Amino acid sequence: MRCGAPGPRRIIASFPSADPCAGPGTVRDRALTPWRCKTFPLYARLVRYGFRKHATYVRGALAGAFTNSVFGILRAYTLIAVWQARPGLAGYDITDAITFCFVTQAFIGPMQLFGGGLTIPERIRSGDIALDLVRPASLQLWTLAEDVGRAAYLFLVRGIPPMLLGALLFGISVPTRPGQWAAFLTGFALAVIVSFGWRYLVALSVCWLLDDRGVTVLSMVLSTFFSGMMVPLHLFPGWFGDLVMVLPWAAMVQLPTDLYLGTAAVADTLAVQALWAAVLLGLGALGTRAIRHKVVIQGG
Amino acid sequence: MARTYFLLLWTWTRAAAAYPVSFAMMTVLGFAIAAIDVAVILIIFANTTTLAGFSREEVLFLYGAANLAFTICDTFVSNLDRVSTHIKAGTLDTFLIRPVGAWIQLAADRFMATRIGRILQAGLVLGYAVSALGIGWERAWMIPVMVLTGIVIFASLWTIAGALQFLLTDAPEVVNTLTYGGSQLTQYPFSVYTRDLVKGVTYVLPLAFVNWQPGLYVLDRADPFGTPGFMRFLGPAAALVLALSAALVWRQGLRHYRSTGS
Repeated sequence: MRCGAPGPRRIIASFPSADPCAGPGTVRDRALTPWRCKTFPLYARLVRYGFRKHATYVRGALAGAFTNSVFGILRAYTLIAVWQARPGLAGYDITDAITFCFVTQAFIGPMQLFGGGLTIPERIRSGDIALDLVRPASLQLWTLAEDVGRAAYLFLVRGIPPMLLGALLFGISVPTRPGQWAAFLTGFALAVIVSFGWRYLVALSVCWLLDDRGVTVLSMVLSTFFSGMMVPLHLFPGWFGDLVMVLPWAAMVQLPTDLYLGTAAVADTLAVQALWAAVLLGLGALGTRAIRHKVVIQGG
Repeated sequence: MARTYFLLLWTWTRAAAAYPVSFAMMTVLGFAIAAIDVAVILIIFANTTTLAGFSREEVLFLYGAANLAFTICDTFVSNLDRVSTHIKAGTLDTFLIRPVGAWIQLAADRFMATRIGRILQAGLVLGYAVSALGIGWERAWMIPVMVLTGIVIFASLWTIAGALQFLLTDAPEVVNTLTYGGSQLTQYPFSVYTRDLVKGVTYVLPLAFVNWQPGLYVLDRADPFGTPGFMRFLGPAAALVLALSAALVWRQGLRHYRSTGS
């Protein structure tokens, strides 16, 4: 579209190009993209831009880390009291319970457990979504790439401080075997995708509801309570406890935390997470197709 | 002043009702959010009979009393913590040139009538706990006093949180540790915390007077940390001191605000 004119091309060259095949054969393009097909580098660049976009707000992220740490300390005392009353509950000892508390606090940022993180609701309201939908790249993958960058940044800045503080104040356990680390990091990556898949569906629903506040709160209730953010899901009684363990929200927090603690069967856990990632991404793809037919643009 | 405040509340309520599906969902979900905390307490007590020496009904009583005060403030003044949003958007200036106090306008800003479900929920939990514990009037007279004290304390904390945002424009989330952190802290008996933390939230930030100290009197319990009996009645005085400091901090914050000029 705009590739022909040299002027605008120079300006948009510093942003992720809207067209994966924009400006073929240019020097800059050859330098950045080793392959003929430029779709992969587009998404790789979007990951980097997502990371950098959030890196701009470093003070905001550090404030989040501080807040998550303080709440982590308060939660830790409650969990300590519970495990003092019932040592060995749910197969955790007190150190496991404290570790659980701080690992889950560290997840708040990357998994965006209180909701949000995607700009789609605002873009639907402002009408900008129409622009996103005519781009020759998938809206879903585009958003996922940016969200992965966001999660990576927030993992570093909002995830690590609460764990360091927890280690300093209470002492937390750290996986010792490389296999456990590999399982945890895989589980963590899958959890980020599950979290994205869920938030993407929530964001798309704005197309039908026009106001995102109701679904945002619903999503927050589900993804804080049923994820294990409040108390470990193992404490939920009876059949209810079994049910919540196989819901998608468990795949965001409880399952990767169990992989960190090494208390879960690795293959089964990763399978449940992968299944939910696939289901949610599939539903998201269907939703993306649906909004192409039903975009309601308010304002203009 | 009060008339303007309620007029603003009504305006925001009508604005929110323009999206009926969201409005209905928010009212129901307001109840659900509040229910999460109760569910967590119930889940904990499904696994144990006492938590740091307190029974389920006693914890529900402490939770209900603190949460009643907290949700009332959350509904009516919590939007004070959007100061930094207004500073960044440049909309704070419009609040300052209107002939009504900025505190009143900011407290009413984006008022959500749908949060009233949460107040109701806290009241129900408190009512259940009081009747289950069979507390007689000779001690129950303290309950309205402690809820009022709690309202003053939480409203003061929100005012301080709003005022701090004049400094922390980039990082408004920090002040959540004061307000929502205070609520989280007062949900459980203070006996789960360490002595130093409890000293801090008794003598520095008087959160202990929201429900812990007066609650011990209502429950007729001795303080596990061994504070003298007269401390149970100091709540209103502590709340007053905090309210005065909050007013001072708010005035200082507003006085030092320099518009971006954009």
